[in-house]
Amino acid sequence: MLLEVRDLHVEFHTRDGVAKAVNGVNYSVAEGETLAVLGESGSGKSVTAQAVMGILDMPPGRISGGEILFKDRDLLKLKADERRRIRGQEMAMIFQDALSSLNPVLSVGQQLGEMFVVHRGMSRGDARAKAIELMDRVRIPAARERVGDFPHQFSGGMRQRIMIAMAMALEPSLIIADEPTTALDVTVQAQVMDLLAELQRELNMGLILITHDLGVVADVADKIAVMYAGRIVETSPVHEIYQAPAHPYTKGLLRSIPRLDQKGQELYAIKGLPPNLLHIPPGCAFHPRCPMAQAVCRTDVPPLYTVDEERRSACHFWKETLDAR
Amino acid sequence: MAELDKKSVDATPNVAEVATVNAVTGTEAVAALDAPVSQGEPILQVRNLVKHFPLTQGILFKKQVGAVKAVDGISFDLYQGETLGIVGESGCGKSTVAKLLMTLERATAGEVFYKGQDITKLSGRALKAVRRNIQMVFQDPYTSLNPRMTVGDIIGETFEIHPEVAPKGDRRRKVQDLLDVVGLNPEYINRYPHQFSGGQRQRIGIARGLALNPEIIICDEPVSALDVSVQAQVINLMEKLQDEFNLSYLFIAHDLSIVRHISDRVGVMYLGKMAEIGTDTQIYDHPTHPYTQALLSAVPVPDPDAREGRERIILSGDVPSPANPPSGCRFRTRCWKAQDKCATEVPLLAIPERFKASDTPAAHESACHFAEEKDVVHAA
Repeated sequence: MLLEVRDLHVEFHTRDGVAKAVNGVNYSVAEGETLAVLGESGSGKSVTAQAVMGILDMPPGRISGGEILFKDRDLLKLKADERRRIRGQEMAMIFQDALSSLNPVLSVGQQLGEMFVVHRGMSRGDARAKAIELMDRVRIPAARERVGDFPHQFSGGMRQRIMIAMAMALEPSLIIADEPTTALDVTVQAQVMDLLAELQRELNMGLILITHDLGVVADVADKIAVMYAGRIVETSPVHEIYQAPAHPYTKGLLRSIPRLDQKGQELYAIKGLPPNLLHIPPGCAFHPRCPMAQAVCRTDVPPLYTVDEERRSACHFWKETLDAR
Repeated sequence: MAELDKKSVDATPNVAEVATVNAVTGTEAVAALDAPVSQGEPILQVRNLVKHFPLTQGILFKKQVGAVKAVDGISFDLYQGETLGIVGESGCGKSTVAKLLMTLERATAGEVFYKGQDITKLSGRALKAVRRNIQMVFQDPYTSLNPRMTVGDIIGETFEIHPEVAPKGDRRRKVQDLLDVVGLNPEYINRYPHQFSGGQRQRIGIARGLALNPEIIICDEPVSALDVSVQAQVINLMEKLQDEFNLSYLFIAHDLSIVRHISDRVGVMYLGKMAEIGTDTQIYDHPTHPYTQALLSAVPVPDPDAREGRERIILSGDVPSPANPPSGCRFRTRCWKAQDKCATEVPLLAIPERFKASDTPAAHESACHFAEEKDVVHAA
């Protein structure tokens, strides 16, 4: 296994108390595999990724437990300089907002080339040539002429390509993409997702795709982990989860999105609001919003039950959820 | 003035009132609640609307060197009680259209008729009266509410500007009624925006939009900042309110699935022009403009089985700059059908000649020289 996150706990110390952002997350990614982590704002999907990358703001953040095994080494036990060597070379991240993730006062050529200067000890001239090669590879037209341009001179889609080029530069074995296409228009989103999938196949990388968009997940992912209130509530191969969700939250999400190919009736709406991380409900965090909640849900935190070989669901009533479709 | 007929913001249906105002008979207006509504008199008629933002050079002596053609001659009608969805990518001018209809921006050319009155020419008291009937719900519920005002003040402020709607002593009760209508606890009237979640804040924005009992609400991306589970709640609320108050919505969004869900008719914009307009079935199931087809085919469908079956049209390149749009058809630089004619002749928004005689759903207005029907939404 390329990456294995085991029982990860992350909390944030705020003025109002301790916000438990991640409460025992387990997931794994193999080489060449795409894992989609699905969740709404505050579900802990980005915080988990930041902990894996080692870019969590600490303080106020604190990793209070768990292991992150990358190629069988626990990243949390490594020294800062060892982690820095891994970051960029072996794992890289693509962020949502390319404009604020790129340095506005350096040309994109300099920013791309910097990777090779720092990690590979190349000369400036060689690094520039590498930068042009990378820009070609992510299909930026007229790469040679544009290598000296600044981020603001590119369109949103092109900037996201530059982000991808930067992440791919040192051919890492794991890429974490945090909402990589959320800020883009649909026609550009399709281009960028295609490019990402193609490069992933070429380099046989593991890809963690963090998103809230059920459509994007269905298009590219192999397996999926659904997060709610800092926990994984369901994991499954992508086909099965859309056909027969085993957790009421997943089910509610799938039913609440309108369809492009048919005119629907009134939308199903999950009642209530996402939980406040300072006061996560006892028992199953989803119980105040769950149509199937019983007394046991208010008291006992559901473990990840085994649905079948490849599927897990953190619902006491996963069987009923599967049957009730 | 017709507006004076409407004194109340009570939750009582005002169908009859509106009907007299609009020369639409009461029965028609009631029937409109469940039937397609594109008949009768349009409440809003937009004709050749143009907005150019000047590009200037120099600091002291500004010289105009060009113009961003944000909206470049679009026309459409909005009928009583219907939802017209406007879709398009960023920079296509859809938000500028919203601002023009609200008269927050002055049109460079063209007309917007509200009940026969051209609102682009109005000013002063006449404009204020019209504005009461055209309200807006904004995209971002975090920045569109003043953080230093209580919910009561935010909603009640509308009555300061239009005191004829609610007499002073009555305002607090009206605000509480409105909170109740949008599904918020009326006791929250003294709370501040930060004490609410995103979905609740959007409900406050909607309550403010409803306060003056308008006929038209312009919604600019009203749910795109919300989480999926909350989005459905707000959409359902908006549909309920539309039925209750016989509102007309102009629903601007980039999420094509949501637009299909809520709209009776849909217009597709590209680079300041309307590319195609028709009923939701016409646009989604029988699109004839290549841009609409590309746009629809690019939307990821939440169904992994559909990913092999659907045809994907991946457009090359980016949207050209609206300061320097292509000649002829604006989409031709990215279109796989483009020919010489497309560079020289601007295609008009009309029912294509070849579909005119027949009764197919493809017979709707489309601005393409080579309009052809193509289903890109359903798996083959």
